Amino acid sequence: MPWAPGTATPPTVVRPGPWMFFTADEASAIEAAADRLIPPDDRGPGGKDSGCAVFIDRQLAGPYGHSDGLYTRPPFMPGAATQGYQMPDTPAARYRAGLKALADYVKATFGGKSFQDLAPADQDKVLGGLESGAIALKDVKSEAFFTLLLQNTQEGFFADPIYGGNRDMAGWKLVGFPGARYDYRDWVEHHNETYPLPPVSIMGRSDWTVGEH
Amino acid sequence: MRRSLITAAFFFAFGAAAAAQSTQSFDRIERGRYLAVLSDCAACHTAPGGKPFAGGLVLQTPFGNLITPNITSDRETGIGDWTDAEFVAALHDGRGHDGKRLYPAMPYPAYTKLSDDDVLAMRAYFKTVAPVSNKVVSNQLPFPLNIREAMVFWNWLNFTPGRYEFKSGKSAEWNRGAYIVEGAGHCGTCHTPKTALGADKSDTPLAGTTLQGWFAPNITTDAHKGIGGWSKDDLVQYLKTGTNRWTLASGPMAEAVSHSTSQMTDADVAAIATYLKDSGAGGSGAKPTPVATDDAAMKAGGAIYKDNCSACHKDSGEGEAHLFPRLAGSALVQSDDPTTLARVVLHGTRAVSTASMPTAPAMPAFDWRLNDRQVGAVLTYIRNSWGNAASAVPADTIASQRISLAKAP
Amino acid sequence: MARKLPPKDVVIIGLGWTGSILAYELAKTGLDVVAIERGPWRDTVTDFPPAYAQDELRYAVRLDLFLRAGQETLTFRNNAGQTALPIRNFSGFLPGNGVGGAGVHWNGQTWRFLPTDFKLRSHLEERYGKDALPADMTIQDWPVSYDELEPYYDRFEKLCGTSGKAGNIRGAKQAGGNPFEGWRSSEYPTPPLKQGLGATLFAEAARKTGHTPFPQPASNLSEAYTNPLGVKLGQCTYCGFCERFGCGNYAKSSPQTCVLPALMRFPNFSAQTESEVVRINLDSTGKRATGVTYVDTSGEEWEQPADMVLLCAFSLFNVQLMLVSGIGKAYDPQTGQGVVGRNYAYQTTSSVSLILKDKILNPFIATGAHGMIVDDYNGDNFDHSGLGFVGGGYMGAGQTGARPIQTRPVPKGTPKWGAQWKKATAETYQKAFSLSTHGSSYSYKDCYLDLDPTYKDRLGRPLMRMTFDFHDNELKMSAYLTERLAEIAKAMDPAEMTPNPRKGPYNSTIYQTTHNTGGTVMGADPANSVVNRYCQSWDVHNVFVPGGASVFPQNHGYNPTDTVGALAYWTADAIKDRYLKNPGPLG
Repeated sequence: MPWAPGTATPPTVVRPGPWMFFTADEASAIEAAADRLIPPDDRGPGGKDSGCAVFIDRQLAGPYGHSDGLYTRPPFMPGAATQGYQMPDTPAARYRAGLKALADYVKATFGGKSFQDLAPADQDKVLGGLESGAIALKDVKSEAFFTLLLQNTQEGFFADPIYGGNRDMAGWKLVGFPGARYDYRDWVEHHNETYPLPPVSIMGRSDWTVGEH
Repeated sequence: MRRSLITAAFFFAFGAAAAAQSTQSFDRIERGRYLAVLSDCAACHTAPGGKPFAGGLVLQTPFGNLITPNITSDRETGIGDWTDAEFVAALHDGRGHDGKRLYPAMPYPAYTKLSDDDVLAMRAYFKTVAPVSNKVVSNQLPFPLNIREAMVFWNWLNFTPGRYEFKSGKSAEWNRGAYIVEGAGHCGTCHTPKTALGADKSDTPLAGTTLQGWFAPNITTDAHKGIGGWSKDDLVQYLKTGTNRWTLASGPMAEAVSHSTSQMTDADVAAIATYLKDSGAGGSGAKPTPVATDDAAMKAGGAIYKDNCSACHKDSGEGEAHLFPRLAGSALVQSDDPTTLARVVLHGTRAVSTASMPTAPAMPAFDWRLNDRQVGAVLTYIRNSWGNAASAVPADTIASQRISLAKAP
Repeated sequence: MARKLPPKDVVIIGLGWTGSILAYELAKTGLDVVAIERGPWRDTVTDFPPAYAQDELRYAVRLDLFLRAGQETLTFRNNAGQTALPIRNFSGFLPGNGVGGAGVHWNGQTWRFLPTDFKLRSHLEERYGKDALPADMTIQDWPVSYDELEPYYDRFEKLCGTSGKAGNIRGAKQAGGNPFEGWRSSEYPTPPLKQGLGATLFAEAARKTGHTPFPQPASNLSEAYTNPLGVKLGQCTYCGFCERFGCGNYAKSSPQTCVLPALMRFPNFSAQTESEVVRINLDSTGKRATGVTYVDTSGEEWEQPADMVLLCAFSLFNVQLMLVSGIGKAYDPQTGQGVVGRNYAYQTTSSVSLILKDKILNPFIATGAHGMIVDDYNGDNFDHSGLGFVGGGYMGAGQTGARPIQTRPVPKGTPKWGAQWKKATAETYQKAFSLSTHGSSYSYKDCYLDLDPTYKDRLGRPLMRMTFDFHDNELKMSAYLTERLAEIAKAMDPAEMTPNPRKGPYNSTIYQTTHNTGGTVMGADPANSVVNRYCQSWDVHNVFVPGGASVFPQNHGYNPTDTVGALAYWTADAIKDRYLKNPGPLG
């Protein structure tokens, strides 16, 4: 069996820092939307503080954003819903166009304001309109854009924190998922009893920190 | 159907060489081949991916690098033009072609114990090894060690030539074991602590030492740090298959098992086990006081162990026989020198694959996941849990191992 | 111009389950064997060690271990009236990629087909009359019987170390096992896995409602095991990262954990990875294969001559290689003539979602194949008279984890986002559980695979085109099974229950299963099959398709891997005992 020491393909850990894909305006809009899709409450932080926008930013700057590995040969033809996505646009391109169309719509509808400046109730109204298709964005299918945004926001909230979202494992703590654990032999037959250990990320948890001697 | 090309080539080479010999010498050549297995000549004289015995392997020594020579029957670049007497002198006295001094990376301080007849049988075998033209410049040591005559001084200090002497009062099996361990098998080359000059410390044979970034463990009968807890069967199984209920061979020992011990006869492996269990070498078996469970490193180490290690080594540290080494009660885990432990946590390792135990499971690398303090903490935890007791492993030990692993090829 | 390599005895296309089993069996006889694998070399310690194997985004969502559509895909349409369009991103089914193939990412469900499944058409016609089957249904008997295959099932299960409880050992019923299963020559190699609360509650309800629940046969091992090749597997840790993931601690049976350590020791075996076979080459008569041509990552073409070619790719791509190589006559749905691509089938799955009252289910503690199952409604285990359909499936509690990007149910009527969604998500996660049915998918005249007229792959070959939809028979079957399952679920006294029977049309974007079968069907008659009963091509005698699910004449109510593995051993024996002695047609 071929093997060399030190070989592994560990994930690349997202580092905090400047936006890699979004402009500052785009990022503010995404953060505002993430906080309405997953609002902060007494159960824990919302989409913004848990890093969902950072997650989406890094995903769009990476292979996912560029449709790496997908079949992108023409011809592109519209198909039935059972045939899947048939457009040439990458997720990165869809966000760029979708956020532009959303900004234009909000500006025109709310007296020149940006989405992030709207009151939460208005933000919810806009998001609901995108979801239902009641709001028609220019050159962008609003339902499809909303679906993509919601999907990526929730991915960020529940993916391992190494990807930039789920900060402090907020998503996992919300539902009681113990995270990147690999051994429940001691608990499989503890029926109806809460698992006793806190969640752990691929890059650890606070208990891994060695105190001062 | 065609047969394997590799198989065909092997038979051709062997057949041609063997045809040159008389049939009555076949047994002698075969004995020489087996002695070359016992002596694990291939370990050093066959480079990874290279032709058998054509040399070229880089040996890292504390004094610098040595490149192993070509010992095929090639006349220009191998040992084809050596006389029998020169071959014997190389193994017995550390003197090569034209009387040149060998460096003791060649374990002639052990091979000197081999009988004349055994050495000549090996000579007969090496004459049949297909010639490979491969020029090797062995000596890449810095001054003054690059002067082979410096070895005169070293030998005067460290080298006692002489054949193995049968020890009366011990069984034939015990003596056979001693002959292999001290002579052909040259176990002490890796397992015996060394003086500042690189010679064996004669008062602590087989007590374990570090070389090439691995700790070759204590294989004395010391109950705490050695193999005192291993039965004779455990030893036999380990040498034959590369694994037993305690552990799996990896690193340099994986090579020794693969090239040498797994190919030894059952009788020779049993002899080694008999000798090691009764060689007189041992320690006090004393157990240090374990690191307290409320120690910060122990607490962090426990959390790290649960989240990183328990899926294979289990909460109980028992591991799984022949798959995941047992940590609880392991002598290697509790040895004074944590070099191997640090290495396998940082870089991972793969166990040996043998015909009867082909699995060769591997330990993954954790260098990307755990920092030096965390590796130190988890090692401190495994060295002091489930009844284990050993010194704490400081972060700087891990840091220096990390640096040397980054440099190593 | 391809560069020609030294010839080999055997070239194997694809190093997954069937490829590694055939490679081991044939290398052991001394034959010079090379396996050519499209994807990368994969190993536990480098590709999915327990330090990062448990990464839902990477493996389950971004599908790290799977085939990328950009490398190879197919086009899809529901019926011949539509224009097939490319699957641009696999999501409805997920072909594997790399050494180990689907054996790396499977769940470990290890089922045998029923004895009656192997004589499906004759059995159903005998019991219900010739008119009971729809006219366009093209199911047929297998050319091999359960009794013939039993020793090979046994061999594959012993290779895997499968955990379970037998229900029938040589005709003697066994308490605790599946009372409906065909006879077994021996008990499972390892005892059943432990069960979580959800499966335990389901089993109680099933007993209460007159069913016979039993633990699902699982190749996630309940205890450490050494297989007949001397390879050792570990104990499953119930980590809940099985489906779509590689196993980090050697506890899930796979080519990596069961075969490769022994196979790689043979000096007369080699693996050529990241190399895609473009076509199988035939001599001027078209009756004999001369080897294969493949492309490496640099784009260079190589010709690998060989005396035998074994097609061991994922089922769909076995069909594609037969079509692009011109082996066998392509199926024409208009005339019903031709065989390659015929009888493509799938699986008909459904579920019943539950929210239980005041329970802590810990649904994240799971394996790929634990769970409690009832088999009362599979195959012809129940009387279909008057039901208006044939076929069936198993059902039960086999939830494979609760990784929260993909599994976080909420009560009916909950918004998809916002404050209410968040509250419901938090309150439901520990109480929600999903039961499922896993049903048959019989073959039809209008469900088939052929070459697409428009779209090409990166090597310039036409993509394969899939034409498939569920038929009334399967939808009725799914409705019936889902109702039965809901009856059992009701006995679990749920706070909320949602039956989700399978509805048409088939949607290629919603994941259901990767049990794509047929296209190079095995049979007793060259007029309705591509390979004979030894999985040998009728047309080119030195080409075999040793047991990939592409040889299934239709798909039955069980997961395919056990049958795939059994057929691999069956074919290996036929090659060793028959073909090598006298190379030529075995039919």
